[in-house]
Amino acid sequence: MNRLSVNERLALNKYELDDGHPHIVVNNEVCEAECKIRACLFVCPANVYSEQDGKIVADWAGCLECGTCTVACPPQALHWEYPRGGFGILYRHG
Amino acid sequence: MSGDKLDVIVVGAGVAGCTAALLLARQGLEVALIERGPFPGSKNLSGGILYGQVLHQIIPDFWDQAPIERWINNHIVTFLTDTDSISLDYKTPSFSQPPYNAVSVLRSRFDRWLAEQAETAGAILIPGIKVDRLLRKENRIIGIAAGQEEMFADVIIAADGANSFLAQEAGLRQRIPEEHVAIGIKEVIALPREVIESRFRLEGNEGSAYSIVGSATQGIAGGGFLYTNRESISIGLVIQLADLIEHRIKINDIFDQFLSHPWIASLIKGGKVVEYGAHLVPEAGLRMMPRLWMDGMLVIGDAAGLTINNGFWVRGMDLAIGSAIAASEAVIRSYQNKDFSAESLAFYGQKLEKSFVMADLRTFSRAPHFMQNERLYTVYPQMLSEILHQIYQQDAHPHPPLSRIALEAVRHNPLSLWDVLKDLWNGGRAL
Repeated sequence: MNRLSVNERLALNKYELDDGHPHIVVNNEVCEAECKIRACLFVCPANVYSEQDGKIVADWAGCLECGTCTVACPPQALHWEYPRGGFGILYRHG
Repeated sequence: MSGDKLDVIVVGAGVAGCTAALLLARQGLEVALIERGPFPGSKNLSGGILYGQVLHQIIPDFWDQAPIERWINNHIVTFLTDTDSISLDYKTPSFSQPPYNAVSVLRSRFDRWLAEQAETAGAILIPGIKVDRLLRKENRIIGIAAGQEEMFADVIIAADGANSFLAQEAGLRQRIPEEHVAIGIKEVIALPREVIESRFRLEGNEGSAYSIVGSATQGIAGGGFLYTNRESISIGLVIQLADLIEHRIKINDIFDQFLSHPWIASLIKGGKVVEYGAHLVPEAGLRMMPRLWMDGMLVIGDAAGLTINNGFWVRGMDLAIGSAIAASEAVIRSYQNKDFSAESLAFYGQKLEKSFVMADLRTFSRAPHFMQNERLYTVYPQMLSEILHQIYQQDAHPHPPLSRIALEAVRHNPLSLWDVLKDLWNGGRAL
């Protein structure tokens, strides 16, 4: 069986996208000052985080809302909240 | 309810929140059940095996009406090396008789049904609303705010899941340390019913539950699971976060390798992935348990850190229900006494203390630490595989007796007999 890429997996999910209302905002100053391991790049099951020109960028639309990054990242590095009511991942199986 | 004030606001329509709302509504209390998803279950994810005896006490024969997937009468523990598999397969007809010991569920359907039971009992379901913050009067929690809306109640029950921002905001819990949680990731893979039943040797609604240890997690503390649903398989990994961070391996690479293992691949062959999800598992049990009550507020379910993973099984939903029962008893007593202070709500702690929830958390409190033993993931599966290989291989040479095979296997591997004895002893106590 061919394995799916993370993006292909996420594309199978149902999301109610809250355009223009990111629920994750990265504070790169904190990342640079306090984080050496960049755990967000390998712990996130949805590959939300990537490094572009030395900065951490959050592609929040595919977020599974598990909260792993809020535990793994230094305090204040992320402003992370659940999407507004009714938006975000919608599990049909769960 | 007096004026605009409700008796109780339950935040989060998961298994814990729905159960609490159901029990309180049954006693005639005015209960609102607030859910941030557009419908209950839409944000919820489990492996998911429900050990349902505790729900049976509340909703007798719930399996007759609830959207359960299969009743589990077949439990398998499998050790994986990179190429081989070794399984202990337990199947008993006694688990296929009601009251079922365990059932597989898909939370999006199951929780929706459970919320309907709460509504039928009189709870007011409010979906699509995210609670932004708690409302306080001095040190007492008196309500919640969502956007411009405010709602007031005598008691707020935080059933808002593993991340519980409400427990953190209330000051009942600190920021979660990485040592205290695991990440669960999971695919739901659709397969025709008859394929599942023939592949797993199931009759009718029987089901299998696999716990998978060994190279599944590439030496990182954790394990895999595979559960049969009616027309799909739930397959995933539960990985301790601190250990993952230490190993610096991409979680998706571990999952891909797990799914590509020849033994796993044969079980999911021909299936079509229909959903991919992830969820935090608050694994540290007693060590991470926040204070569970204060003036005007209680914390239940995952929000209270109530899950246990001992390698054989992962439990959370039954503990969530157990905590909801204890919490609702405390709220009803407080309601009768018109006293919603921390002292009065502390009855929740007493009830929880006397229930199976705290007893099991204590019994298995050593499990997460035991699971950090790297030998479980590398040396032991390899050694077992070597022993079995020797037992079964016939190559026209004299065949050694088992005692010599076993001693040779211990000698081949970086392992002392002392390690084995120590691990057996610790495993026997922890699991």
